[in-house]
Amino acid sequence: MSASPGLSDGRWRWPDTVLWLVPLIWYVAWPDHLLLGSQVIITALFTLSLDLLLGYAGVVSLGHAAFFGLGAYTAGLLAVHGWREPLTGLAAAGVVAALAGLATSFLVVRGKALSQLMITLGIGILLYEAANKASSVTGGVDGLSDISMDRLLGVFRFDLAGKTAYGYSLAVAFAGFLLVKRIVASPFGLSLRAIREGAQRMPAIGAPVGRRLVAVFTIAAGLAGIAGALLTQTTQFVALEVLGFERSAAVLIMLALGGTGQLYGAFIGAALFMGMQDLLARQNPAYWQFWLGLMLVAVVLRGRGGVLGGVEAVRDRLRRTAR
Amino acid sequence: MVAFIGVVFDGVAYGSLLFVLGVGMSVTLGLLRFINLAHGAFAMFGGYLAIALVGGGVPFAAALPVVIVVIGAAGAVVERLLYRRVSRTRPLDQVLFTIGLAFMASAVATFVCGPSQKAIALPGALTGQLHVLGLGLGVYRLFLVAVVIVITVALHLIVGHTRFGAQLRAAVDHPDAAAGLGIPVDHVFSASFALGSGLAGLGGALGIDLVGLDPACPFKYLVYFLLVVVVGGEGSILGSAVAAVALGVFDVVGKYYVPGAGAFFLYALMVVSLLVLPHGLFGRRR
Repeated sequence: MSASPGLSDGRWRWPDTVLWLVPLIWYVAWPDHLLLGSQVIITALFTLSLDLLLGYAGVVSLGHAAFFGLGAYTAGLLAVHGWREPLTGLAAAGVVAALAGLATSFLVVRGKALSQLMITLGIGILLYEAANKASSVTGGVDGLSDISMDRLLGVFRFDLAGKTAYGYSLAVAFAGFLLVKRIVASPFGLSLRAIREGAQRMPAIGAPVGRRLVAVFTIAAGLAGIAGALLTQTTQFVALEVLGFERSAAVLIMLALGGTGQLYGAFIGAALFMGMQDLLARQNPAYWQFWLGLMLVAVVLRGRGGVLGGVEAVRDRLRRTAR
Repeated sequence: MVAFIGVVFDGVAYGSLLFVLGVGMSVTLGLLRFINLAHGAFAMFGGYLAIALVGGGVPFAAALPVVIVVIGAAGAVVERLLYRRVSRTRPLDQVLFTIGLAFMASAVATFVCGPSQKAIALPGALTGQLHVLGLGLGVYRLFLVAVVIVITVALHLIVGHTRFGAQLRAAVDHPDAAAGLGIPVDHVFSASFALGSGLAGLGGALGIDLVGLDPACPFKYLVYFLLVVVVGGEGSILGSAVAAVALGVFDVVGKYYVPGAGAFFLYALMVVSLLVLPHGLFGRRR
């Protein structure tokens, strides 16, 4: 983490262009794989919300899926009960998840990493169990189906090929990216990084550590909820797994694979993870588990900082040899 | 009333199992602040080893010590080769690393032993029921409780009355000061890690008849381990025992009388206890 690539000033740079060209190229080149594409984009947005929390503020969470799932169920329940307008449903899901984040943040941010892990894990499992037991509302293990959405903006129908879903997810993820990029370059974002590097010293310069962490936890929860709502609205189904521990672990893994605290890591990690999952899990889920475990062990032992950390290391070495 | 006592007894037996499974994790967490989320993998392999041994004609009673020794040795090897490299890193790295190991262990178990639930053939002496004062108590559950009492006493003697135990307590209290006094904290850690792994393996073997065995075990019991650690306090053996038995009773009684709530109460208990007792029942403030 200490090898941070300088302080970002929030300006648009060429890697941003490259990052957002990829989904556009995907749309043209693989129009048959738009469903996978929008899943990756949604997951990337979810991972981005964790990056804001973990990569910038240094708050560790093993239960981030709680907010993703809350958003997913909010959007799903609204649609089932007649509110089929996508954008307001999305906003409502974000608000619900953010409020839940605000409510739980007070429990989370006061502890150290270990108790943060346990409390977030506990909250995540608690919510999963609650959704599982309240099957008259949530559908329990069978999931929530019969979700149908109105046309997006009154114009674009959610089609079977997933074109609308893809464009919708992409647009929302782009907006989320711009928001997070703005946040991390702001004085607020800088104070988050300072808290990550030394939470004990921050009060000495008058920074309200607790309040900052509550704020970032709330924002991250809201973003995660929006990602969950996107998944519901584009797949027209909510599975109980949206709240599962596996999802919380997976998003942490994706972020670690891509690299924390650099925004792009969330996208690289999500694409890498889901691409490999698609390839390997098709053969045998057990193999996929094995390779996933191996990747994690390798990331921790060798490539601290994930893919982006590796790129950084190679660039440093090239620079040193050039000198 | 008799039925209630029976349910509580089942809970005690279940809690005893949780104690054997979780005490190792509590000790390593308290000792080196090492978060070993792969602890359940040792339990799982202990279970498979026991099934293989019993299937190969080894008596159940002889298989259990073998499981402790083999899984304990495996734990020592894994600690030396892998865990040592991440023992002083950030908690997040430890979490990712050990979750990775748990995933790999689970996949290996699926590959070698198949994805289905496995059962073990218990000797006739350990099956059936014992009738005491009109109460039908499962012999196997009584056996479990007895094993746990033996282990708790043994651990208490080891920790409280041996040189190793004194070193262990010193290292838990203040690793740096202990190292400064010449206590080989690394070796103490290795030894207690091996012991904890061996006990987890034993727990895995003993638990087959009660809770089943399949490749998802490392994750299924993770929450229970964490609960034992959280409620009991990191590094406290007595705390782990009390917490495990309390959790077992709580869980079984809850599932019996309020089946609709499932494990909900248990998780609520975890969150509440983290808030009210951040250092557990018997944990020490650091």
